Amino acid sequence: MKYVSEYRDKDLIAPLIEELKKIECGPLRIMEICGTHTMAISRHGLRSILPEDLQLISGPGCPVCVTATAHIDGFLQVAERDGVRVAIFGDLYRVPGSTGSLARCQSMGATVDVVYSPLDALTIAREHPETMVVFLSVGFETTIPLVAATILEAERLHIDNFCVFSAHKIMPPALHALLGDPELQLDGLLCPGHVSTIIGAAAYEPLVKEFGLSCVVAGFEPLDIIQAIILLARQKSEKKVAVDNAYGRAVSWQGNLRALKLMNQVFEPVDTPWRGLGVIPGSGMAIRDTYLRFDAEKRFDIVLQDAPEPKGCLCGQILKGRKAPLDCPLFGRKCTPMNPVGPCMVSSEGTCAAYYRFESKG
Amino acid sequence: MRSDVKKETETIQLDHGSGGIASQELIQNIFLSPLDNPILASLEDSAIIDIGGTKLAFSTDSYVVDPIFFPGGDIGKLAVHGTINDLAMRGARPLGLSLGMILEEGFPLDDLKRVVASIQEACGNSGVPVLTGDTKVVPKGKGDKVFINTSGVGLVDAGVDISATKARPGDAVILSGSMGDHGITILTQRAGLSLQGDLQSDTMALHKMVRSLVTELPEAVHALRDPTRGGVATSLNEIAATARVGIELDESRIPLKPQVEAACEILGMDPLYLANEGKCLALVDHDMADRVLRLMRSFPEGTDAAIIGQVTEGPAGRVVLKTSAGGSRIVSSLTGEPLPRIC
Repeated sequence: MKYVSEYRDKDLIAPLIEELKKIECGPLRIMEICGTHTMAISRHGLRSILPEDLQLISGPGCPVCVTATAHIDGFLQVAERDGVRVAIFGDLYRVPGSTGSLARCQSMGATVDVVYSPLDALTIAREHPETMVVFLSVGFETTIPLVAATILEAERLHIDNFCVFSAHKIMPPALHALLGDPELQLDGLLCPGHVSTIIGAAAYEPLVKEFGLSCVVAGFEPLDIIQAIILLARQKSEKKVAVDNAYGRAVSWQGNLRALKLMNQVFEPVDTPWRGLGVIPGSGMAIRDTYLRFDAEKRFDIVLQDAPEPKGCLCGQILKGRKAPLDCPLFGRKCTPMNPVGPCMVSSEGTCAAYYRFESKG
Repeated sequence: MRSDVKKETETIQLDHGSGGIASQELIQNIFLSPLDNPILASLEDSAIIDIGGTKLAFSTDSYVVDPIFFPGGDIGKLAVHGTINDLAMRGARPLGLSLGMILEEGFPLDDLKRVVASIQEACGNSGVPVLTGDTKVVPKGKGDKVFINTSGVGLVDAGVDISATKARPGDAVILSGSMGDHGITILTQRAGLSLQGDLQSDTMALHKMVRSLVTELPEAVHALRDPTRGGVATSLNEIAATARVGIELDESRIPLKPQVEAACEILGMDPLYLANEGKCLALVDHDMADRVLRLMRSFPEGTDAAIIGQVTEGPAGRVVLKTSAGGSRIVSSLTGEPLPRIC
């Protein structure tokens, strides 16, 4: 298939691996921020062909995984209300909160619609005017502009039985909070391709300056990832740190200004809790007062309650790059995709799910 | 809060019907131990009952697909082909089917006639008649349009012994055609996605092709499985576990239609886990693999058949994929209903 199969062709990939091995940069420690990168690396078996002294560490870039238990519990509260149906992206369906998951809520009688776009949730609201449709929204800059557009559309169409529970997060504040950790000892970052289409490669300049880290924006096919790793290795061997863009076919320097404008029109930064990272100032995106009536938290008077992380679960440490899935005593035993203890095991971009499905059964 | 929400009680979840690990656990924990007997415990696609030297194959399956009409078929065709295929996967000659219909009050008669006409056509084309039937009607909202159960009986000729237990190291793994056509068609229909390209269910009966394999190359075929719910990945994991062997697949050799690949990329689906309704996996003697392949390809239902991998010594139960990118990774059983991803 055009634009897919050629990026997965071992005859094109093998020479690049050879090129990578020739770069004299010593051991390389890279964090792939994005969950889709984690999944792609595992799904294509890239660890088995990459140099042995290259360490790939998963970061906090799976939006479902970094959603705090407090938010999941809030979602469950809304889903269990009478006269409500909730719409979600599929990833959220099985994520455990303190009292179960949305899958469980559904089996108890709640209505949970898995949608492909927030606009589908709006359509459901139009078709069911007697029901309040709540879009439970997690996601980064890739998702937020689309949710903003949906809220504007709901306003334009005067749809009153639709609102959004925003657990949105933005990447740069979280990276600032995370990369201050001296234990990480990273050489560089594999920067998220999807988020970067919106925020642009320029967004990583401050990280280069503040933390002295190489940043390379990467696409999600094997060839994209290996090309980006080569650029990171070269920077290390040449002792330079800079932002490079290895995903030029999708990502520009400035990003998608229209999408950013839309996002900032409807949402404003707030402090929000991240699983494993705690509350990070200005890292959440809440609905502005102008669009108050589309804010589910306000409409239902939800107050987020602090909730402990599941006992023994290392998701928080894994999201910070401090631990790997196989370090977790629950992995593959008490915690499996069927009976997940933490979200990293169940999200389609979760690090533990990637390891469980593709790398080792523990 | 809903008063009927009881958090302590364990209940059936949709994942229990996914064909993956949850389904297997349900079968093992709830059904097998109280109903245990050696034939049931084999968990093959159909049971083989020995009646004074005559081997009778017996199988049953229920169909609850939504939507009931979809590109390439409908619930009626699926119900006929599915049970025929379950019989064929043990090398049986299907003799006839039972047809149980559960109809929801308010279901349009015209739609029912369409389903029955489709059953008639599928039975006619495959030469397997409906021999007995039953109809029930449930109040509106207590069912969903129409649910169908079909059971089937067939005869297994002397000398034919096809079973997942027979797979052995060295066997070639053949897939009879492209992967995931049915699963992705239903998913995109359900989501109301209109994608470019012609996505169509592959529902079809495989017994004629299988019949030819077992008569013309009687020693060649060791195991057959139709990779329905749970897909190729789950079926091969089941075979590997039953036969206590390993399986190694070559991603670049697995037939996959470009439009199915594209839809999978968009929805974040792995085609290895998508349902097929007109495909079989054949684990065949290595030395006869090319002859099996030629014979399969001479049938319309096997035109795109390909050798996609081989059986290895192990580790037992482990399925490994050599990826197109040149790496290797594990292929595990389906762990839950395939769900679209977030971004």
